[in-house]
Amino acid sequence: MPASHSAIDCDVHPAVPNLEALLPHFDDYWRNSIDERGIPGFETNTYPPRAPLSVRDDWRGKNGGAAADLTQLTSQVLDRLGAGKAVLNCLYGAHLPYSEDMGVAVARAVNNYVAKEWLDRDPRLRASIVVPTQNIEYCVDEVNRVAADKRFVQIMLVTNQETPLGRRHWWPLFAAAEKHDLPIGLHPGSAYRQAMTSLGWPTYYVEDYVAYAQAFQSQLGSLICEGAFAKFPKLKIVLLESGVTWLPGFLWRLSKFWRGVRAEVPWVDRPPGEIVRSNVRLTIQPFDAPDDPEITEQMVDHLDSDDILLYASDFPHWQFDGDDALPRGLPESLKKKILVDNPRATYPRLQEDAR
Amino acid sequence: MNIELRQSDIRSNSKLKIVDVDIHPKISVEDLKPYLSKRWWDHLQTYGQRTRQGYLKGFPYPKMQPQASRRDSWPPDGGLPASNLAFMKQQFLDAYPIEYAIMNPLSPTGQGDQNSEFSAAMAFASNEFQIEGWHKRDNRLLASVVVPFEDGEATKAEVKRRAGDNRFAHVLLKTRTNDLLGKKQYWPVYEAAIEAGLPVGIHVFGTSGRPASNTGWPSFYIEDMTEHASCCQAQVVSMIMEGVFERYRELKIVMIEAGFGWMPSLGWRMDKNWKKLKDEVPHLKKAPSEYMREHIWVSTQPMEETDRPEQLLDTMKWIGWDKIMFASDYPHWDFDDPFLALPPSLDENKRNMIYCGNVRALYRLDA
Repeated sequence: MPASHSAIDCDVHPAVPNLEALLPHFDDYWRNSIDERGIPGFETNTYPPRAPLSVRDDWRGKNGGAAADLTQLTSQVLDRLGAGKAVLNCLYGAHLPYSEDMGVAVARAVNNYVAKEWLDRDPRLRASIVVPTQNIEYCVDEVNRVAADKRFVQIMLVTNQETPLGRRHWWPLFAAAEKHDLPIGLHPGSAYRQAMTSLGWPTYYVEDYVAYAQAFQSQLGSLICEGAFAKFPKLKIVLLESGVTWLPGFLWRLSKFWRGVRAEVPWVDRPPGEIVRSNVRLTIQPFDAPDDPEITEQMVDHLDSDDILLYASDFPHWQFDGDDALPRGLPESLKKKILVDNPRATYPRLQEDAR
Repeated sequence: MNIELRQSDIRSNSKLKIVDVDIHPKISVEDLKPYLSKRWWDHLQTYGQRTRQGYLKGFPYPKMQPQASRRDSWPPDGGLPASNLAFMKQQFLDAYPIEYAIMNPLSPTGQGDQNSEFSAAMAFASNEFQIEGWHKRDNRLLASVVVPFEDGEATKAEVKRRAGDNRFAHVLLKTRTNDLLGKKQYWPVYEAAIEAGLPVGIHVFGTSGRPASNTGWPSFYIEDMTEHASCCQAQVVSMIMEGVFERYRELKIVMIEAGFGWMPSLGWRMDKNWKKLKDEVPHLKKAPSEYMREHIWVSTQPMEETDRPEQLLDTMKWIGWDKIMFASDYPHWDFDDPFLALPPSLDENKRNMIYCGNVRALYRLDA
């Protein structure tokens, strides 16, 4: 079912075709460094380009890789799947360099590239601000620099960081997010500061990918337990490409312990589930469950909120086949909320736009 | 939680038999002395245990109550919780219709110690003491084969020593291992367990030396507790994807104190991605969730508490009524009362399976 023309696709990935495309967006020092040092680029290893998950077969570009072409992306995401707007989450590796300065240079280049090569060329596109997570002060600077452009509707971080996101040294970023009305989107990906699991590096790529669900759990636990939502009540966290169905089981467990040991975290003054339902949102793809309407219904019941899910195709990653990104079995009344109302309520900058 | 016992109700209600797969009778360092060589006793006295964490005493994440135990579990005439058999009988073993209870000693057992020879010596001593100090005084208390799991050969030797001794219920690992449990270095543990005809119980905790999450060290005990579930997810994925269950088809794994609310979603996530990435793991012959359902058992405590009871039943049904076994975790603070823990709407048949049927079959308690 193509979504309605006012649907908002909250997780779409434009590719950086090659380093050359980014070079105009670095300053002279970094352009020279990249050349002198023979740096081949900053692409991440998180989605190996040829792996079947990284690009859906019928969405591969001419070179067999991901869509690095504006028309290719918009013809699929907007025209074919039927969305009126899409939020671009560029997964290029600004978070990878160990040098803070290099991180800043790549983040700035990516944000400038996305604005010029994508947003300027199609008014239906919006984007997330990529930040140099190597240094929180620099993250805040980059947010303040880019936020003036209202087409940037979110700040995006990868899930696997050096430290859990609730830790207080991250908080200046949350203050900046609140100030600019920007939700923070968490997307699978790693800064490769920690092993892919809490027990080390798995053998297979499929394990790496499955393990991102655990990173989402840990980050959500950290944000709640450290009191980030008590300190920043307007803070919105959007879990992008999270898998969704792990959430109820995670909350049952955390809530049980919260009832038992809440004296340790007295600032968590309401049940974790309540915090999640007011401050956390999840994009619908992937929806980790069998293609079975009965189970979809059960999961919607376990999630216990009509406001929490946001439409997303996760283009060009493979998460589903065909043209319907919504799992079978969603109640009709919920579909409109997922496609239109919930994204608009989540991203204040999309509301402004509608006026 | 600290639940006050309602002795009269319990007596009048009890027709059931219960096998509890997780209790923690105390073992002290001095208890182990008779079973340690002079060399290792001296080592323990001089250098202590070195378990990849920084504190000389206590835990990396301090508990919220002394000994992480129910405040009413301290014996009236002194000693630590679950150190006094008479009081443990009065408060737990005789207060409920406990037919058997499986002891899972957590510390001091040397598991995960940086010195693997010391770890092996401590495992031997822990196993001797479980029999001499506990089982012989109350034969409802079944022992675990504590093994130095980071050393495959030493583990094999310890399991072989206990093989055929039906006072031992399972081979005991902790969840926070040095590396993922699917890796080849742990395969000797599975071979040994199968040869001895024992399931492998994996109890939460241990110190791997790695951050408790894949995004770094959390700050709080509440997160440490919650992260046990993420750790168990990583372990189950590793065992399945590495083909452990394809290679060791008789292997039976019991996840202890891990909860189980994480299982359905994990099974679905693995299946979905496996379908697309099959060529990377050609050694798998069926969907990952099928291995999970065939080879993984779970214990109930700490049982998830859902907003509505049907939600818990949905989850339990997916895991399989034949795979869930009752555990109380006596004497720890989050003890689940045998009479209050299970959802009231469960029918008698399912109740019986969880209280004792499944465990009797898995552990061959009638053999």
